[in-house]
Amino acid sequence: MAPLSYYVVLSLLVFLIGVIGVLIRRNIIVILLSIELMLNAANINFVAFSHYLNAIGGQIFVFFVLTVAAAEVVVGLAIIIALYRSKGTIDVEVLNRMRG
Amino acid sequence: MLIDALIPLLPFAAFLILGLSDWIGRGFGERAHWIAVPAILASMVLSFLAFGAVLSDGPRDLTLYTWALSGQFQASIGIHIDGLTAVMLLLVTIVSSLVQIYTIGYMHGDAGYARFFAYIGLFTFSMLMLVTASNLLQLYVFWEAVGLCSYLLIAHWYDRPSAASAATKAFLVNRVGDFGFALGIFLIFALVGSLDYTVIFAELPKHADETLSWAGIHINAVTLIALLLFAGAVGKSAQFPLHVWLPDAMEGPTPISALIHAATMVTAGVFMIARLNPIFILSPTAMGVVAATGAGTALFAATIALTQNDIKRIVAYSTVSQLGYMVMACGLGASVAGIFHLLTHGAFKALLFLCCGSVIHALSGEQDLRKMGGLKDRLPVTYRTFYIGALALAGIPPLAGFFSKDDILLRAFTAGGTGVLYWGVGLFTAFLTAFYSFRLIYTVFHGQPRATPEAMKHLHESPSVMTVPLIVLAALSVSVGWTGLPVAGWNGIEAVLDPVLSPAGSTESDSAFVIPLMLVSIIAAVGGWMTARAFYVTRPEWPARLAAGAAGLYQLSFHKWYIDEFYDRVFVRPTIRIADRLWQGADVRGIDGIVNGVASATLAWARGMRRIQSGQLQHYALVMVVGAFVILTIYLLAR
Repeated sequence: MAPLSYYVVLSLLVFLIGVIGVLIRRNIIVILLSIELMLNAANINFVAFSHYLNAIGGQIFVFFVLTVAAAEVVVGLAIIIALYRSKGTIDVEVLNRMRG
Repeated sequence: MLIDALIPLLPFAAFLILGLSDWIGRGFGERAHWIAVPAILASMVLSFLAFGAVLSDGPRDLTLYTWALSGQFQASIGIHIDGLTAVMLLLVTIVSSLVQIYTIGYMHGDAGYARFFAYIGLFTFSMLMLVTASNLLQLYVFWEAVGLCSYLLIAHWYDRPSAASAATKAFLVNRVGDFGFALGIFLIFALVGSLDYTVIFAELPKHADETLSWAGIHINAVTLIALLLFAGAVGKSAQFPLHVWLPDAMEGPTPISALIHAATMVTAGVFMIARLNPIFILSPTAMGVVAATGAGTALFAATIALTQNDIKRIVAYSTVSQLGYMVMACGLGASVAGIFHLLTHGAFKALLFLCCGSVIHALSGEQDLRKMGGLKDRLPVTYRTFYIGALALAGIPPLAGFFSKDDILLRAFTAGGTGVLYWGVGLFTAFLTAFYSFRLIYTVFHGQPRATPEAMKHLHESPSVMTVPLIVLAALSVSVGWTGLPVAGWNGIEAVLDPVLSPAGSTESDSAFVIPLMLVSIIAAVGGWMTARAFYVTRPEWPARLAAGAAGLYQLSFHKWYIDEFYDRVFVRPTIRIADRLWQGADVRGIDGIVNGVASATLAWARGMRRIQSGQLQHYALVMVVGAFVILTIYLLAR
């Protein structure tokens, strides 16, 4: 049985990949995928600590997170489609109408 | 009696109807006089009834409304009619009626016809409330109200810059006097604790020896009160040194000059001194100041009237001079004579102004004497009535001005002390008065026509709606003096006024002097008349020769003793300069600077800050991440 620290380090790495993806990728779909990575990094933490602390609540929380993530993807993809139809692009560097 | 309330309220109703209907856009326009004239005529009839009732039953009181009630202090609006008030009511309503009838013809076709009648109604209301006041608060409120009406009516043709500035001048100069008047009222309240005439007259003598001290100056309280009140009269009745507004007020339409600036409003100052006579009597110093101011103004204004060329200004300076007579009479303790002259003057000066208006109307707006002449056959009614007015003003018996002016001179002569000096000044002024009155007659109506051919072509006698008031006023100018014949038992005016103004006892004059003094005044008046005749009829080269011979004196008179120039240098221009500094320095740089500075600092700050708002989603995400990291670090380190 692997020690808890392995899971925490894995979770950290996945989360950092997600953060960097959000910060540097220009395609919105990839940004959305990176957000999913961050959510799943949190899920790894939940499961690992649930097992370590012998508390089942953490694993139940993961189901909720997965549900929310699925719903979020649906909304996110719908917005992206609408955006593409009106702007013809999904490049975040081009989409800067809010500049002051 | 409740019906007395209608005397002032009828003109006020006319004002409200005309003003409100104009305001909601359904003005009466050219039919405005159908509201205004019946109202004032009814008011006049009621005044006659009130006069009769006062003669038979004594003073009448009516409280309309309790304005303020606080502890011992009480102020009410009411109608108090005694002998003095009753004659003032008659004067105001009669002159106002005639002037309004005259206005129908004079202002015909004017764009502000209804507005003009509305303001006359407001003025008449205010003036009637002023004279019927029984406390100083009501007197002061309506004192200011007539000033406001004067301002509004001088500026009737408000698109003329000269009229607008004359109105402002009248208002500002009056403020100087009214400031003193208000202080005097405050001081009375501080001493007596009441503003009611009867309470003041009863209580003030107990304070006659009190002294006020401030910054090392000691002054008798009652003297100070009387002098402050007199400052109000100096402003309102155009006495030196606050006389400058009245000649300029001639920019207003002529009916206004007749009603407000000759017969009624300007006499409010004299009326006030007479009304508050018991206060003034307590202070011989103040009485001396009043008499000297009056006599000085009478002479001073008469000398200016000699050389002016604007027909209305001559009559205006003559008004200032005659008001000086009245003030002098009040200062000599002869309020009855002062009020008597006020009444006769109201008749003949209103007549003279309306005649001037008729001449100006006939000459299509010309006011310069040098462009008149030879009008006597073309304007027969105006000529005859003007002649009667001039005779009355000059004091030729048996017209009105003779008896009242002679009464004042007699009182001055018999006053003792410096009285003879005042008599001398008054007599010399009477000579000058006769001279300039007949200078007007001879230059306007006699000699060769000097008007432009264009104006002569349009020359016409005024319509009867204008000449009938002239004839009525001429009849009054002849006859009103007979109410005050200096013969025991025949002096009606003293019978009415003595109970109010000299309750101590009759002021029956020393009859030994009556006849000789009358002869001297007649000689002075006829002398002035004959001098004018010599100057302007038989020896027309004399005026120019005299003007050249005494050039200094002529210029002094022609430029009105340089009073306006002096005020301009000493008060007007420095004030404008200070105001300009305050405007450019304090206001534009200081106040506006702070406000605009705050605004532009905010703007500059915002211009810097908006660069952060890049619109790039990923910049915001980065800031969030860095922020979360920083907060987390601080949290962990600080724990």
